[in-house]
Amino acid sequence: MSPLVLAAQGESFTPPGKEDFWWPILGSDTSPWTLTRPAVMAILSVVLIGWFLLAATRHRSIVPGRLQFVGEGAYGFIRESIGRDLIGSRDFLKFMPLLFTQFTLILVNNLFGIIPFVQYPTMSRFGFPVALAAITYITFHAVGFRKKGFVGYFKDLVPPGLPAWIVPFIFLLEFVDKFITRPLTLSLRLFANMFAGHLLLLVFILGAEYLLLHGAPALKIAGVLSGVLAIVMTFFELLVEVLQAYIFTLLTALYIGGALAEEH
Amino acid sequence: MTGEISGSLNLIGFGLSAIGPGVGIGLIFAAYINGVARQPEARGMLQPIAFLGFALAEALALFGLVLAFVL
Repeated sequence: MSPLVLAAQGESFTPPGKEDFWWPILGSDTSPWTLTRPAVMAILSVVLIGWFLLAATRHRSIVPGRLQFVGEGAYGFIRESIGRDLIGSRDFLKFMPLLFTQFTLILVNNLFGIIPFVQYPTMSRFGFPVALAAITYITFHAVGFRKKGFVGYFKDLVPPGLPAWIVPFIFLLEFVDKFITRPLTLSLRLFANMFAGHLLLLVFILGAEYLLLHGAPALKIAGVLSGVLAIVMTFFELLVEVLQAYIFTLLTALYIGGALAEEH
Repeated sequence: MTGEISGSLNLIGFGLSAIGPGVGIGLIFAAYINGVARQPEARGMLQPIAFLGFALAEALALFGLVLAFVL
């Protein structure tokens, strides 16, 4: 680092990287079975969601209390704006448990990233979004296969009424899109957003701490600015987290609705 | 006088990959602002579509950022 920064003690700054995401609790650093912090937090998030939903539906009344109102609001939002609009009012109810579970799970796990003292988004470990995207992948393909039959599903990948020479290209394009690109981008989008957001917050906060404690006096102002930006980025991170939970659920519903569509 | 630049080539790829999504997000929100300017009542209807487009375009920029770190 430049000598301007190291005026005080000559300590160097290690920028945060992907090593900062590895947080083992039980076990060694190299074994694949180590219990890590995000695993514990994911289990905790499930317990929290279950407790909240049970508490919200315990005393059911026509005029809802506060907890019931929040629970009903969240469920109604997913059911109307995502379920009914994208899957169609005939069979969207079958998929409501999947959509609501995905939304609340991703939302709570994302919010762990900015809640003080927790501050670690579990979706920033690639395994979690991959698992959720795998469930979506299996679901929308199984729905398509069941509705149109095995051969009929592949035949439906190409819209009718095309000149014969272009059909192989369209088939290849649609095949790669549906079977490779969709699960990849679904999982990668959630992972990348959470990873990048957490990394950004780490850079600003650790940078602020370093500049304030070990920087030249002229750079302490930069430290304060970095801290202010950390606060701003926290609010931006909140928006991104809620948005990503919504987008994941929306795309799942979109894919399922697309697989169920009669016409092409 | 000679100097040394250290780092990895990932950064160049990451920088280049941020051009497209930057233009894309600008186009998306330009369309949203145009739509609301022509018809202010359509604001509620266009907002979810604008946010959906923003998230999808942002994803591509973040692929570049994350793969620059991870690979």
